[in-house]
Amino acid sequence: MIEDMSLLSIITFLPLFGAACIILLVRGTEAEVAENSRWVALWTSGVTFLLSLGIWIGFDPSRADFQFVERVDWLPEYNIAYHMGVDGISLFFVLLSTFLTPLCVLASWDAIKSRVREYMVAFMVLETMMVGMFCALDYVLFYVFFEGVLIPMFLIIGIWGGPRRIYAAFKFFLYTLLGSVLMLVALLAMYLHAGTTDIPTLMNTTFPESWQIWLFLALLASFAVKVPMWPVHTWLPDAHVEAPTAGSVILAGVLLKMGAYGFLRFSLPMLPEASAQMADIIFVLSIIAVIYTSLVALAQEDMKKLIAYSSVAHMGFVTAGIFAMTQQAVEGAIYQMLSHGIVSGALFLCVGVVYDRLHTREIGRYGGLANNMPKYALVFMLFMMASVGLPGTSGFVGEFLVMLGVFKVNTLVALLIATGVILGAVYMLFLYRRVVFGKLEKADVKAMLDLNPREMAVFAPLVIVVLWMGIYPSSFLDPIHASVDNLITQYEAALAAADGVSVAAR
Amino acid sequence: MTVAAIFLPLLGAIVVGLFGRRLGDTLSQWLTCGAMGASALLAVPIFIDVALNGNAQTVPLLTFIDSGDLLVNWALKFDTLSAVMVLTVSCVSFLVHVYSIGYMHHDPGIPRFMAYLSLFTFFMYMLVTADNLVQLFFGWEGVGLASYLLIGFWYERPSANAAAIKAFVVNRVGDFGFALGIFGAFVLFGTISMDAMFAAAPEMAGASLTFLGAEVPALEIICVLLFLGAMGKSAQIGLHTWLPDAMEGPTPVSALIHAATMVTAGVFMVARMSPLFEYAPVAMAIVVVVGASTAFFAATIGCVQNDIKRVIAYSTCSQLGYMFFALGVGAYQAAIFHLMTHAFFKALLFLSAGSVIHAMSDEQDIRNMGGLWKHIKLTYLMMWIGSLALAGVPWFAGYYSKDMILEAAFAAGTGLGTMAFVLGIAAAFMTAFYSWRLLFLTFHGKPRANETVMAHVHESPAVMMVPLLGLAVGAVFSGMVAYTHFVGDKHPQFWGDSIAYNVQGQAQAGTMDGHAEAAPADESHAADDAHGDEAPAEEAHAAEVHAAAGHGDDAHHAGPDAGVLERAHHVPGIVKLAPLIVTAAGIFMAWVFYILTPTVPVRLARSFPGVHRFLLNKWYFDELYDWLFVRPMFALGRVLWKTGDGAIIDGLGPDGLAAVSRTVAARLRQFQTGYVYHYAFLMIIGVVVFVSWRLIGA
Repeated sequence: MIEDMSLLSIITFLPLFGAACIILLVRGTEAEVAENSRWVALWTSGVTFLLSLGIWIGFDPSRADFQFVERVDWLPEYNIAYHMGVDGISLFFVLLSTFLTPLCVLASWDAIKSRVREYMVAFMVLETMMVGMFCALDYVLFYVFFEGVLIPMFLIIGIWGGPRRIYAAFKFFLYTLLGSVLMLVALLAMYLHAGTTDIPTLMNTTFPESWQIWLFLALLASFAVKVPMWPVHTWLPDAHVEAPTAGSVILAGVLLKMGAYGFLRFSLPMLPEASAQMADIIFVLSIIAVIYTSLVALAQEDMKKLIAYSSVAHMGFVTAGIFAMTQQAVEGAIYQMLSHGIVSGALFLCVGVVYDRLHTREIGRYGGLANNMPKYALVFMLFMMASVGLPGTSGFVGEFLVMLGVFKVNTLVALLIATGVILGAVYMLFLYRRVVFGKLEKADVKAMLDLNPREMAVFAPLVIVVLWMGIYPSSFLDPIHASVDNLITQYEAALAAADGVSVAAR
Repeated sequence: MTVAAIFLPLLGAIVVGLFGRRLGDTLSQWLTCGAMGASALLAVPIFIDVALNGNAQTVPLLTFIDSGDLLVNWALKFDTLSAVMVLTVSCVSFLVHVYSIGYMHHDPGIPRFMAYLSLFTFFMYMLVTADNLVQLFFGWEGVGLASYLLIGFWYERPSANAAAIKAFVVNRVGDFGFALGIFGAFVLFGTISMDAMFAAAPEMAGASLTFLGAEVPALEIICVLLFLGAMGKSAQIGLHTWLPDAMEGPTPVSALIHAATMVTAGVFMVARMSPLFEYAPVAMAIVVVVGASTAFFAATIGCVQNDIKRVIAYSTCSQLGYMFFALGVGAYQAAIFHLMTHAFFKALLFLSAGSVIHAMSDEQDIRNMGGLWKHIKLTYLMMWIGSLALAGVPWFAGYYSKDMILEAAFAAGTGLGTMAFVLGIAAAFMTAFYSWRLLFLTFHGKPRANETVMAHVHESPAVMMVPLLGLAVGAVFSGMVAYTHFVGDKHPQFWGDSIAYNVQGQAQAGTMDGHAEAAPADESHAADDAHGDEAPAEEAHAAEVHAAAGHGDDAHHAGPDAGVLERAHHVPGIVKLAPLIVTAAGIFMAWVFYILTPTVPVRLARSFPGVHRFLLNKWYFDELYDWLFVRPMFALGRVLWKTGDGAIIDGLGPDGLAAVSRTVAARLRQFQTGYVYHYAFLMIIGVVVFVSWRLIGA
């Protein structure tokens, strides 16, 4: 029982411990330091992942409340506590973070040659922050982790990034911090009203309607940037292009989910009336995100930029699904996030594979890779199809549920975001065609070798998960049901109550 | 057994797809052909058990998607309709697998090719055995994937890659409608399990659905959206442009996917959903119009094409049109009958064309052929059998199925049915013409190929010819053998509940002289109005459906209350003769044009250059779409990127802000430095914008 009680903390802080080990214990020549840092990071993140499976196994899918809860007073005079726990909504985001981190370490094995120790430390710190953020049940704690994520990511882009890394890191930091400032304001306002920062308590607190809209907008500023929603998405393509491969994987795989997770954890349960009022605006922004960025993706010449824009389009499905507030739409949105985390991460890894060999991301420089890299072609094909939302892959389930759920609420929105499915096929198929198909003509492309065993080891788990999520989604959907059902019930109850109040006032 | 039949091709595809290089070409071929052969053998007892002995069953496999009130399972539904499809698909697929051993024999990618073929077959099985719309969609998109991979099989050719992308994207446009149709069905029925939907369909006949802000009849809009998907997959007019280009794929692919099986999935889907379409007269009318137009329009293009495969491709398009207007007039059984016979004779035609191409060292232009019959006699014979069956010459397969469709269209007694009949007769004339034009240009006259090619002309090996013989047997006998069960006396027992029995046209038939021009839609509304109250009318309707299903034997008479199939057996003699007459005329005209006086076509093309160019350029659909969609889309993408993201968002956002903040900060350095100021600045702007928006809004 004691182990049970502290499992989340162990998972959260084990990577930090690993980072400390790398800093304090790894000694020797530069090559030795690099090698040992890699191994420590791989072991730490690997063990963290295995431990995190314990949450999934021990998770009771019939319960809607928080499980594995830990609570220690932190600043009792301000009613702030170290409070951790997971429910069906956050469970798989924790697993997504712990699943992707070891793969990122493995993917950076040869690609990162300078300052390997610092790089691995940054990744371990990043993992702690990500896991902590998804587990945090105190707003202050959440805020600390939420902001804490930015620092290692900022460093990863700024130090190990491409030639325009400073501009990209600056833009990334500017956008996200801008949102964070407003989120802090919202935090203070909510604390003033409720007298606590405990998330479960805040969920049951009714904020006055006049406050809700302001709080909502303050949170929106922060979450919209993270998602990213149109029109605050332009940091993403730049950040992706300059980030090292593993940085892109985490950025697309986990960091983009923080915003949408914020909507589910804060905006909807705490500010239901404002959420209902703002839903149409979010729909409009989501539709623009889907269509606009899909069209922009068509025009891209840089592989990473194309996938970055496709991420914005996919996240447009997510935001539309969340604010449709039907069971299918919200579950679909969560599923789409998980799937996108795996698939876009895998696509960035696919780009990384060829980037490591040719050191360019320009689509036109490649062509005909199916000839000399058949394994790569197969893996890339699978992830491309998952991104396009082919049934049988993870991408389909989320998109399908979102569109189904949205259709129930608003057929026009469903119709418009469904066009994204057509456009998505166009830009992904063109990308694949130009990179993998065609004649193998360029000498340096001819010299490229197929996937090596280390790369196969990186892709194998991703392939398995994409197909598993596509063919038997119940493994993942079952634990989500109860919490989403609860979220929607509460939301509707709150709206009904608010309606009652306004009717009574009249 | 049923599970094994379905999953054997998948197993073959996975093993050969992943380890094909290590297994080698021969072993890969044996494995895939073996798995496919076993699957085809298993399909026979399944067919006997399910279709002939009437043991329809559903084999549940796994939960697929479970969310809220949505529950979707993986399951294999075997009823007569799916058993017919599984048997047809497995037979043709097996023969094509074997043929491919010979045809692809020089290709470096044999394991990959065989794996794709098997994978396709698996997806096709999943499509036809689906017991709910989502699994159907899974198979639907899966065959699309296989089609994409196989069209682009020779991935070094830019034209093949372009055709593959086009096929996938155009199908996605159709699937967009299909998906919306599924959502609509779910909102209406609260389930997407077929049995549950069909059971509830009669009650839902009058229901409406809010779609895009308008109240529309629910079943109508659902059926129209589903039909949009069928149009994409089955290459109906408007969404047909991918099919001729799909001929870039190897010929066995054209035969299996783009003639015999995948392209007929749309026909299958409408037949499968017939219990819903029965209550959607407007959707049915649309199906008739689209089908009849496609049958006609594709035939006109087929008459002037010069690529041997493209002629057959347009012929496929046209034949699919026949199947659709049969569905539209309610003769679902006739459509599936034609689907089945067409699978054999069209696969035969394609594979024979492949044999010709093989003999001609990969030449596909019939203008460069001629005089081949002496050299490849067996292929010549096969091509004749295929053409005779396609044209519907008596006692060949197409005679039974195509004539049945034309008679049903006539017997429907509606204005649209008559229109479909007339267009169908016109298309039958052109079918005969282009088929014999192809035969004459390819096999007769003086050789137009150069001597090296001609010296090289040889009959294909046995591994290619034996499958042709198998298909030829089907092309000759399948119509004759299956007639009684599919559309004849025994059809009500044979089909059971797997397809709806059309009774819609009956009220019409009674008062045919009265308003023969009325569309089915009017008629059904008229019926509703006459009863005043909707519910009794619907009940009566449902009762009739059951009567027709239950007492098939009694239903077999040509009274006004008989279904369209029964009435089709009793059309005037001239209607039965008309297809034969025009077919003979078409063959004769081809003979005049290409044997007797070969100068006529050239002169004709010269006298009507506009018409000829219009047909040769396929009614300019590609150019139109390019101009309407493709170019604007890419251009818009560029503009949104450079102007939208670059100049406006970044210019006014971070970059502009950085510039502004630098200048402002420089001035205000004494009491405010850097970032904090400019967040505050932005916050103020935000507040101002928001307040003014609220004020204006309120």
